Amino acid sequence: MISHKANNALYVYALEARAQKLGLYKGQPLANARAMVQPLQIMPADEGADAALLEAIADWCDRFTPLVSLDAPDGLLLDITGAAHLFGGETAMLKMVTSKIAKQGFAVQGAIAGTSLAARALARFAPGTIAAPGGETETVAPLPITALTVDDKILRALRHAGLKTVGMVAERLHSELSERLGKVFVNRLRVMLGAEEQPLQPRRPLPDLMAEQRFAEPVVTEEIISASLLSLAETLSEILERQGRGARMLEAGFFRADGKVARIVIKTGEPLRDPRIMLRLLRQKLDALADPLDPGFGFDLIRLEALLAEETKSGTVSFDGDENARQQVRFLIDRLSVRFGEHRVQRFVAQDTHIPEATGVAVPAQERDFEGAWILKRRADDPPQRPLRLLEKPEEIKAGLPLAPDGPPKYFLWRQCRHDVARAEGPERIAMEWWRKQELTRDYFRVETKEGQRFWLYRDGLYKKEGLAHRWYLQGIFA
Amino acid sequence: MLDGGLRPGSLHEIFPRGWNAGGFAVLLALLTTGKKPLFWIRPDYEAQEYGAVSPNGFLELGGDPRHLFQVATRNAADALSAANDILACPHVGAILLEVEGMPKCLDLVASRRLALAAGESGVTIFLLRPGAQVEPSAALTRWQVMSAPSRTNDDDWGNPVFDTHLIRHRLGGLGNFLMQWNPEHARFETADIGAVVRTPAHRPAFEPPRQRRA
Repeated sequence: MISHKANNALYVYALEARAQKLGLYKGQPLANARAMVQPLQIMPADEGADAALLEAIADWCDRFTPLVSLDAPDGLLLDITGAAHLFGGETAMLKMVTSKIAKQGFAVQGAIAGTSLAARALARFAPGTIAAPGGETETVAPLPITALTVDDKILRALRHAGLKTVGMVAERLHSELSERLGKVFVNRLRVMLGAEEQPLQPRRPLPDLMAEQRFAEPVVTEEIISASLLSLAETLSEILERQGRGARMLEAGFFRADGKVARIVIKTGEPLRDPRIMLRLLRQKLDALADPLDPGFGFDLIRLEALLAEETKSGTVSFDGDENARQQVRFLIDRLSVRFGEHRVQRFVAQDTHIPEATGVAVPAQERDFEGAWILKRRADDPPQRPLRLLEKPEEIKAGLPLAPDGPPKYFLWRQCRHDVARAEGPERIAMEWWRKQELTRDYFRVETKEGQRFWLYRDGLYKKEGLAHRWYLQGIFA
Repeated sequence: MLDGGLRPGSLHEIFPRGWNAGGFAVLLALLTTGKKPLFWIRPDYEAQEYGAVSPNGFLELGGDPRHLFQVATRNAADALSAANDILACPHVGAILLEVEGMPKCLDLVASRRLALAAGESGVTIFLLRPGAQVEPSAALTRWQVMSAPSRTNDDDWGNPVFDTHLIRHRLGGLGNFLMQWNPEHARFETADIGAVVRTPAHRPAFEPPRQRRA
């Protein structure tokens, strides 16, 4: 038996059949239960673990339909629209799902109905029921009003009015109920009776498209898994072709016979339709997994979903050589992104700011949404004025005496080496944007050492104004 | 000088001395890549040691940051394998692989593989090796580079100047060249010190690289 603390008192949270036989019940104060039965084996509830377990069961249920919704703390809702025939009809499917879960050692009750609320109520109060399409009103009518799962206040009001079953409530005029118990309640009732639909909240993003393959005999070998992925990719590709779309995000789900589910996601920079490329990206992702795909006793279902599909540009077939080249490069970028991670394959985007370290940012090369114009800020025939490399954090240097009062130092020490300044240009004053912390104005100098090494230095703070003692930093290295 | 870059589809090694000399490899890559994408591959620690690539600096040197892609890898082995991947795509202009020191994975066999892949796709790869010692490799050319003072007479500083030593060239002569980069026209000029030898690096004729033996 499991106890649970609520309102500062311990209550019975869950209990097994043997305890139930002794007259104990869920929600009973723990002290009462103790008084009735001795000895009692009591464990504190672990809600986190329960939730995780429910998620795990939901994962397993993904094999029946991609739309599984959590009904915490102890329920799952599966949208089996169009899926039941795969499992031999609703009756067979319900039996199969519940018996499979029961076999794993859980107490399980299930029901099927046209709306989620009706199915939920039936599963809890009349397990095994399958409401005929449109027959929800009759099927749920005999259920007690607690099946409505509304708060205690409404329950009390209903009891007060002498209404004991859902059917009795349903017979009342909705306008009357609405006035007394609120619109929300009436809506709930209508959903329960199958008069209105309430969409499920899927736990995972719903795919735009999906294809799946089930195996009577779980598959283990790489060849079969690859072959299956290819045929799924071909199926998806055909649908995408018909719709004039391409996948931007693909997910492959591998459902192990023992219930474990492994998933991989790949993203592409361009809408993708070619099944061979899909397979190549998927294979690459699988190879790059830190935790290799472990088939255990085999997968009995492999599913490929297009989580995101996008229209391909009109005139997809282009014989333009340039376009072909660009596409090849984009595929290369997709492959690299899959292998090394999308944040490791970057392109650069111009930012409209004069803060040196922020003028160009690296973004994932697959991102297409940013564009900024690169504008050369110097005269065309001037030598470069910005360094090729910027240190990730400006490094403080020990600066010698300045060449001129507000000029660059005669020499400086950086990373334990002395550099003698031979030429310098500056100062170039760059004030920090006022909304950026409390940073000082910087006076930048481009200096060249006697050996011809070129660095970008700055003095923090205006000369003899903002600063106390001036600090010098090295921020960039020129080509 | 070096108009059109180095011979396409080959491997070139650049050993920089000093902080700025690596820029020479970047400029060679910029010169070679043209309007095609340039991939700059570097393990993460390069950025910590030598600074992050600044697209503005690249722009200032006459490059187009829109053609510049960076692959930041966890280690040298990943960088090498990324380079092999990218080499296979003939629509890439050039690759700059920056690997510090002497990692084990970057041995003679690895460099042969790079050279071979480059020859097959026609993509040129520049191997920038700061802090490394020269060792046998399959590179077509090998350069040792230092930065040199500006060629201006006054205190102003001029365009970047490199003191380059071509210390290995499979198909031609060696020599020392003082090269100044002109960002406006994106090309190398012989710095005005006169005695610069004719560059042997550029051979317009394309020979199938497999005829050569390492």
